[in-house]
Amino acid sequence: MLSEQGGFEAEDGTAISKRRTSGQLTVVKPKMSLSRRVTNTYKYRDLLFSLIGKEISVKYKNSALGILWSMLNPAMYILIYFLVFQKVLKNGVPDYAIFLPSGLLVWNLFQTSISSATTAVVDNAGLVKKVSFPREILALASVGAAFVFFLFQAIVLVIFMIIFRVLPTWGYLWLVPIAMIALLVFASALAVFLSAVNVYLRDTRHLVEVLLVAWFWGTPVVYPYMELAVPINKLGLLWVYLLNPVVTPVVTFQRALYGKVSPLSSNAAHVIIKILPTAGPGWYLTHLLITIVVGLVLFVGALYVFGRLEGNFVEEL
Amino acid sequence: MSVAVQVEDVSKRFRLYKEKMTSLKERVIHFGKVPFEEFWALSDINIEVQEGETLGLIGHNGSGKSTLLKCIAGILLPTSGEIKVRGRVAAMLELGAGFHPELSGRDNIYLNASLLGMPKKEIDRRFDDIVDFSELGGFIENQVKFYSSGMYTRLGFAVAVNMDPDVLLIDEVLAVGDENFQRKCLDKVNSFQKEGRTIVFVSHSVDLVRAVCDRAYVLDHSKVVGGGPTAEAIGILRDYQLKGSGLNHDPNLPELIDLTTDDSAGLAQKQQNPPALITSMSLLLPDPSRGYAAPNEVISLDLRYECTTPQEVLVGVEITDVRGELVFSATSEDLGFGSYSLYGQGEFVVKLGPMPLLDGVFSLAASLYQVPGGARIDWRSIEQAFKIVNPTKCNGMVALPVSILQESGS
Repeated sequence: MLSEQGGFEAEDGTAISKRRTSGQLTVVKPKMSLSRRVTNTYKYRDLLFSLIGKEISVKYKNSALGILWSMLNPAMYILIYFLVFQKVLKNGVPDYAIFLPSGLLVWNLFQTSISSATTAVVDNAGLVKKVSFPREILALASVGAAFVFFLFQAIVLVIFMIIFRVLPTWGYLWLVPIAMIALLVFASALAVFLSAVNVYLRDTRHLVEVLLVAWFWGTPVVYPYMELAVPINKLGLLWVYLLNPVVTPVVTFQRALYGKVSPLSSNAAHVIIKILPTAGPGWYLTHLLITIVVGLVLFVGALYVFGRLEGNFVEEL
Repeated sequence: MSVAVQVEDVSKRFRLYKEKMTSLKERVIHFGKVPFEEFWALSDINIEVQEGETLGLIGHNGSGKSTLLKCIAGILLPTSGEIKVRGRVAAMLELGAGFHPELSGRDNIYLNASLLGMPKKEIDRRFDDIVDFSELGGFIENQVKFYSSGMYTRLGFAVAVNMDPDVLLIDEVLAVGDENFQRKCLDKVNSFQKEGRTIVFVSHSVDLVRAVCDRAYVLDHSKVVGGGPTAEAIGILRDYQLKGSGLNHDPNLPELIDLTTDDSAGLAQKQQNPPALITSMSLLLPDPSRGYAAPNEVISLDLRYECTTPQEVLVGVEITDVRGELVFSATSEDLGFGSYSLYGQGEFVVKLGPMPLLDGVFSLAASLYQVPGGARIDWRSIEQAFKIVNPTKCNGMVALPVSILQESGS
């Protein structure tokens, strides 16, 4: 379904009263062009916010602590990783309680987006069968809701930074929104694609859960980026590592919020350990922009696949 | 007048999988090829709905009418063909689809209206109208899971009609709810008609279609088999009912051109070597070329019998409607004709009528009862024996002669 411009009466209240003049023409065809799909989805942007609002208010409805749970969960993770890696394994990363959450929150955003979006269409089968709207919004709403939870979890990080008296690196802070965009674009592309595929192959959600575990350890969240980048670079395979589009946003967050590139280790040895790339903001910006461009291309591709698969959703659900 | 909805060569294919194979393992086992049967729910549908018109889509279960409506609404995408809809569309396929039980009525109004494509600013403006129409008052702040089904339905309807649609698609939803609510819905539909909005209406209820629609199309087995002014379209639907078409009919039913039948289920109940047998049963309509009767016409039933030993019997007739509800039943004794002595071959002519029925397809059964004792000796029935087509705008079951006189007020 699509709607041509001009028929969007809601923009001005006057068009409502003289209803008959509405020139909105809806065409239902087996296939819809990509540009129409995008305009149509944009027209339904208010629905996106409604759905995000629904996800959030429904999730912690009837629970006493409500949204606080979304903060307690990562706080517990941080505590446990902190104890295991810092106190037991003595990895020597100073202020590990800041290093860990600055990457973990980004990863959580990515993981929550992907795993909830994968089942978004299937979980909303009732809607998809009865109401006509651009269905990719369901996947995008999952990403949006994950982003809102991310913002709440960021409060945890801020609290940790205050406790440990760590200041952000001001010269890199402006990269954070760009990193956010890069991650959201890529997550949206994957979300739209997986939500459609999962309608046909219900195994997808389980496969995704398994792959996300591997993906987590392929991303420098728990361990410092340089720990893996240095040996891989010696093999000339650093580009493989950077192929993971979550790496750059995670490292950017760590650079801006944690900021220690190669400090003295906090364990007994007191040697210099390499944590983050020594490069300046330009390196980060370039890699983030590449991620955004690739993400946008993938997003268009995902919309195309979604459009091809959407035609038989109602029968498959 | 311009065209509000244009359906061009629309076909819709469903794939019926023998088993639902949605797991990867099953796909791999079948090399990605899952066995399925193709089923055309719609084939080459061409329909035009004029602006301001109320169009009905009628047909049996499985005829494709709901599929067509879903295609017009954009919920299903056709396999081929194209549908053009001018103006804002609101589809009422299920009231309150998308309501979330945990959210309040208020939140659900916003969610549901934005699902129907309404921007937030506009919902803000119409919010009070929606609440007024739903008659929920203060309950609007309660979670929807505490609503009664009536409140739920009212809220769903309130949101849909306040969408200010140019084209309203309605599927059976008017059949739910209590009478007051139905009355309110019909009033709203009527006011939409007066405002010149286009309505496409799908219903099983021929009475509702007659009451609401200007024109109707009849669908049968995925095709449009006829259309025209509502009364005419309903006549076509009745023809298809007579032919035993549609999924809710038994395809093994006897041909109705030969109105005699041999009911095998009935035979099982017959006595061994009964003293009297009905050998044939046929119907005669007042105008056989027309194929149906009008209200208050006389239908005759011709009943032939054979009797090997002398036997005293009562003759019974029974009329039922398509739902199997009894319309009329009596024996010759009940009717004051008493009993009959049978021996050898003979025939009864039973005049039914003037038939005070208004509209519908009816089945007929005839029985012979033993005297004394009243045991049923033999019986025959004709499923969907005759149809009665109502040429008037009256609704209901019976052809009641009504006259209205106005007495002067003095």
